[in-house]
Amino acid sequence: MSRSLKLLGLALALSLLAFPAAAQKLNLGRVALPEEIAAWDTDVRPDGLGLPPGKGSVKQGEEIFLQQCASCHGQFGEGAGRWPALAGGLNTLKADRPDKTVGSFWPYLSTVYDYIRRAMPYGNAQSLTADETYAIVAFLLNMNDIVKDDFVLSKENFGKVKMPNAAGFFDDNREVAEKAFWKKDVCMTNCKKEVKILNRARVIDVTPESKTAPKVD
Amino acid sequence: MDGKRSNPAKHRVGESSAADRKTMDRRRFLAGAGLAGAAVAGAIPVRAQTLAKPDPAITEVPDWSRYLGDGVAARPYGSPSSFEKHVVRRDVEWLTASRESSVNFTPLHELDGIITPSGLCFERHHGGIAEIDPAQHRLMINGLVEKPMVFTLEDLKRFPNRMNRVYFLECAANSGMEWRGAQLNGCQYTHGMVHNVMYTGISLKSVLDQAGIRPNAKWLLVEGADSAGMTRSIPIEKALKDCMVVWGMNGEALRPEQGYPLRIVVPGWEGNMWVKWLRRIEVGDQPWQHREETSKYTDLLENGTSRRFTFVMDAKSVVTNPSPQAPLKHKGPNVMTGLAWSGRGTVTRVDVSIDGGKNWHTARLDGPVLPMSLTRFYFDIDWNGQEMLVQSRAFDSTGYVQPTKEELRKIRGVNSIYHNNGIQTWFVHKNGETENVEVS
Repeated sequence: MSRSLKLLGLALALSLLAFPAAAQKLNLGRVALPEEIAAWDTDVRPDGLGLPPGKGSVKQGEEIFLQQCASCHGQFGEGAGRWPALAGGLNTLKADRPDKTVGSFWPYLSTVYDYIRRAMPYGNAQSLTADETYAIVAFLLNMNDIVKDDFVLSKENFGKVKMPNAAGFFDDNREVAEKAFWKKDVCMTNCKKEVKILNRARVIDVTPESKTAPKVD
Repeated sequence: MDGKRSNPAKHRVGESSAADRKTMDRRRFLAGAGLAGAAVAGAIPVRAQTLAKPDPAITEVPDWSRYLGDGVAARPYGSPSSFEKHVVRRDVEWLTASRESSVNFTPLHELDGIITPSGLCFERHHGGIAEIDPAQHRLMINGLVEKPMVFTLEDLKRFPNRMNRVYFLECAANSGMEWRGAQLNGCQYTHGMVHNVMYTGISLKSVLDQAGIRPNAKWLLVEGADSAGMTRSIPIEKALKDCMVVWGMNGEALRPEQGYPLRIVVPGWEGNMWVKWLRRIEVGDQPWQHREETSKYTDLLENGTSRRFTFVMDAKSVVTNPSPQAPLKHKGPNVMTGLAWSGRGTVTRVDVSIDGGKNWHTARLDGPVLPMSLTRFYFDIDWNGQEMLVQSRAFDSTGYVQPTKEELRKIRGVNSIYHNNGIQTWFVHKNGETENVEVS
């Protein structure tokens, strides 16, 4: 064997012992089949990517909603008990107690479709067809006075629906808006004249399994 | 850690309160005598109590000293002592509509050091715990990739460059109930949506490299296999920087409630992004704007607009002892301790106040001080039974200083739910009872 072949053999042997940190193909895993991707990749984006073919009317949506959704979300999407309200609350985001619903708060309709299709009905996820999902989304829009009673939602007209709070969001700006929290100097002594207790959890008394006063020795 | 800064004997004592001065003077004495590192009990003159009768705990032979205990086959997977039954995760039933989409809380006041035991790590599920057979679990990579891929657990465990990292995971809603004022009596409830675990796995980048991400890739969608089909969008820079795909926690397999058999680790960023039961990663060129990043986990401000993509968890700390569930029981020497963390980097310093923020003292950090990890601090006190308003404030390696709740409210109002990292106040009564309060 020539010297260079010996060196090559040595290099190959070493390559079995240690992988370089750089990106490399490992010959692990396998190629995903189109059918497999289709089964899992149901996500929908605001630009409509991922929407399946199909359609559903407000009227159809109301029927499905009453059967499958209203027991938690209420007949009018008002929410039963602590389950989320889906309708109403328009113009309450500045209020002392904002009412954040699909209509008043959610910026994108695609989010509604995506979420219902992947996670609803609660406890029976991924059981709705594409058409049923379009219909429920249409009914939610109708309950929020965004579309009329005879509206039919489809893949084709999906992008034309505008949500009331679409412009209500901005990217994290804490490093600018809260710049004051990067403090050069902090006070260590005599930082305030007096300290008053402003409020106490005990007054509200909502803590589970509260304890009585301890014994001090 | 800067030794000078961490040494409690270096506090400026001249301007502190009378009670505090007494504590400080003793410490200065200890430091001067070269005993600062010694056990406190050894240096303080012993209050020699004489019992009227001998202690039966010593003079009588207890059962455990006389009879044989359980053999080695009795506890194949050990549990804590039966005397530790109170050390459990607890939930607040009124908080959510259903326990399958709910949260429980880590008992921070019962723990020490920096690692959270696996069985005490708080849980947050949106569709209950998925019980997954690892042989049936798959991880798919699709979207803007050269070659969409599927991996089994066995495939992932054969990747080179396996790594172990300690990171805190904090729910963005931790302390979220406290925006309008002190509400829950216990650091378990006010701060218990945090845990700190050593993870075992591989870099997310190494998995993505197998599929080959395309140049126009900007965001990832990570998806869980649970009945909530949890999804979050993660910027590609973060994904390639330090995210991990993990199967291990604290040396063992992930617990089912923490995502067994696979979860993603997103260091320093809000817990909701650390998708459990990870089954799919899609590569894309824009965020997906899914439910958990629009209708939830966005921060509504007073003017009606909302911050989104508030991923990083700001520096925060809490005194865990004393706290409402862990009152003071003894006058004299007491260990005041707590936890600090920052998603922006490493905790460099923690200050403690016992007078509601009038005067501050730099606490001692002990144990590993790691980036984006819980960090343990101690402030030993000699308590004479006086009322105390106990606070702590964390500093991180970017220069960020934990703000007061009032400073936060001035910018954010009271309806932002998430990212409440304001300074916590505990009111220690003369009888040691401790209460959640807010102070001026």
